[in-house]
Amino acid sequence: MSTKKSKWTTSLIVRTIAAWGIALLLFFPLIFMGFTAFKTELQAIAVPSLWAFEPTLENFHVVNERSDYVQFAWNSVVTSVVSTVLGLLIAAPAAYSMAFSPTKGTNGLLLWMLSTKFMPAVGALLPIYIIFQQLGLLDTKTALVIIFTMMNLPIMVWMLYTYFKDIPHEILEAARMDGASVWQEFRHVLLPLGIGGLASTGLLCLVLAWNEAFWALNLGAADAGTLATMMVSYSSPEGLFWAKLSAASLMAIAPIVVIGWFSQKQLVQGLTFGAVK
Amino acid sequence: MKVKMLSAAVAGAVMLSTQAFAGSHGGTELVIATVNNGHMIEMQKLSPKFEEETGIKVKWVTLEEGVLRQRVTTDIATKGGQFDIMTIGMYEAPIWGEKGWLEPLNFSADYNVDDILPAMRGGLSHEGNLYAAPFYGESSMVMYRKDLTDAAGITLPYNPTWADMEQAIAAMHDEENGVYGVCLRGKPGWGDNGAFLTTLANTFGARWFDENWKPQLDSAEWNAAMTFYVDLMNKYAPPGSSANSFNEILALINEGKCGAWIDATIAASFVSDPSQSKVADKIAYAQAPTQKTARGANWLWAWALGIPASSEKKEAAMKFLEWSTSADYINLVGETNGWGRVPTGTRASTYANEKFLAAANFASAEMDAIKSANPYDSTFEKTPYTGVQFAAIPEFQAIGTAFGQQMAAALAGDKSVEEALEAAQKAADREMRKARYY
Repeated sequence: MSTKKSKWTTSLIVRTIAAWGIALLLFFPLIFMGFTAFKTELQAIAVPSLWAFEPTLENFHVVNERSDYVQFAWNSVVTSVVSTVLGLLIAAPAAYSMAFSPTKGTNGLLLWMLSTKFMPAVGALLPIYIIFQQLGLLDTKTALVIIFTMMNLPIMVWMLYTYFKDIPHEILEAARMDGASVWQEFRHVLLPLGIGGLASTGLLCLVLAWNEAFWALNLGAADAGTLATMMVSYSSPEGLFWAKLSAASLMAIAPIVVIGWFSQKQLVQGLTFGAVK
Repeated sequence: MKVKMLSAAVAGAVMLSTQAFAGSHGGTELVIATVNNGHMIEMQKLSPKFEEETGIKVKWVTLEEGVLRQRVTTDIATKGGQFDIMTIGMYEAPIWGEKGWLEPLNFSADYNVDDILPAMRGGLSHEGNLYAAPFYGESSMVMYRKDLTDAAGITLPYNPTWADMEQAIAAMHDEENGVYGVCLRGKPGWGDNGAFLTTLANTFGARWFDENWKPQLDSAEWNAAMTFYVDLMNKYAPPGSSANSFNEILALINEGKCGAWIDATIAASFVSDPSQSKVADKIAYAQAPTQKTARGANWLWAWALGIPASSEKKEAAMKFLEWSTSADYINLVGETNGWGRVPTGTRASTYANEKFLAAANFASAEMDAIKSANPYDSTFEKTPYTGVQFAAIPEFQAIGTAFGQQMAAALAGDKSVEEALEAAQKAADREMRKARYY
């Protein structure tokens, strides 16, 4: 009995160490960035890397002085929040109809939606750039909201579809028997049941939109640039920039890391939902 | 309850967006795309003075070099009109000027366009029209550790040959103590290793294309130059050099790990700055080494400001160009930030300024390098193209980058110099045929 217990304890220790090891490995770039943000440029390029040094806030001062952080952050908040809400408004009814009233084409449609993610974004850059230019939408938050919504829609529909599939049909049928209309059924039965799924889908898409850099860089300029645009502006072809870039990156990811930290339960639930049945 | 919360969130988001999309526009506002280089950052800091003087507002879009190039090319080619002023290089200016994408620049007499160094003016023009105003210019030169050559009892001439250079490199090389004889670009890219290797090839007597636009990478001169480079790097360069370009080497030299570096003259202001470099007081300068010919041994580049034809605020943009690339602006930087930090390489008057000459110990070497570079005569044999470290044709980006990748592979030991040049020649030939040069 005791041998069994000690075996179990050893296995737990090994697994714990392994889990910590992998977590540290995954987190290492972030930790390294965090340290570099508080170094001087000369310390940042030191080989081997310095781990004990006198921290400085100089880089944050420089970033604050040179970039309008509030404007970039505001653009990030607006584009990611609005695109996520808009996406959910479109994806939820779509997923509802696919999950509860599937037709012959539903599977094909789902696969087609996913297939739009297969093409590299740069392939569509020129036509989209020209369309937005004709519409006078270049360097506007509207353009980024449209693109981010389109970009995340396939993921949203897929995730919500998986969630809704797990809700028993009988509950909806019972509501219908009681005389509920489609809207009432959706609004009063499905949404309360699927709120967890909606929250985790929304959260994931919020993170994806927040971190999106390709479209933000190509369609945004002076007015609509997001935090990703701010980060890129600290890379330099001629001159040392690692410490300043790290400080800008830390400032850019800070808000979303905090949101992610508080909502990690929903996020993990959302990502693993339906994975094991 | 939860549904209520969701509804509230939707309503909140809609309100947020309506408020966010309501922008305000008033007065003339210029949008300027630029890179995050030291001189550009100073320009951003000083631009409120321009705003005060003219009432024109300036908005900056600072991008990473590769992103900037892609971004402004997309915008100018589609006539997107997102930028009123673009920071471009000597490669883009004549090509875009020829296509009619850039406004030809006609400055007032006060601007004194004749003060701009002829090499800069020539490189940014097409058929006599200036298409971009040089903000700062650079050539390439040798920066080396004088303390190490002194210790070895060696003197590197001011105008060295590659034989002189190799001798000095060998003398400085001390791998056991972490000092490598030479650090040179190896990272693939037409503007990375391609720039340095073209100058090396030029001085070995090679050229990119013959008079009929046939690529010449399979010539004996190219082979000799590239074999010399790979051998030199294998003997005296730090490991992993095929990933090094300007910034990586700057970090190495500032840490005291390189004996010699041949790169952009702008580097002198960084390596001689004690706040950045551990060897600031130990660096000396010489002209780029030569072999068969001195032509094209040192490159010529300018970061310049151009006005896209699609801009609707050309007049205001022109005012900004006159302000930011004038001799008065250079004086303003000198008086505000110190004469060691003025944008160099553009105007003859800068190098006649006693204050600048006293503040920058690299000034004369930099000016000699810029003056000796000629984009119209940069090879031993005649060529149909202009440009020192590139050929100013649209196809060159692809050709130069393919060549850079092959040479990085040769440097990493993945293939021989012959194989790399053969593959690069094929790629260049394919590209030129596709563009119907022959």
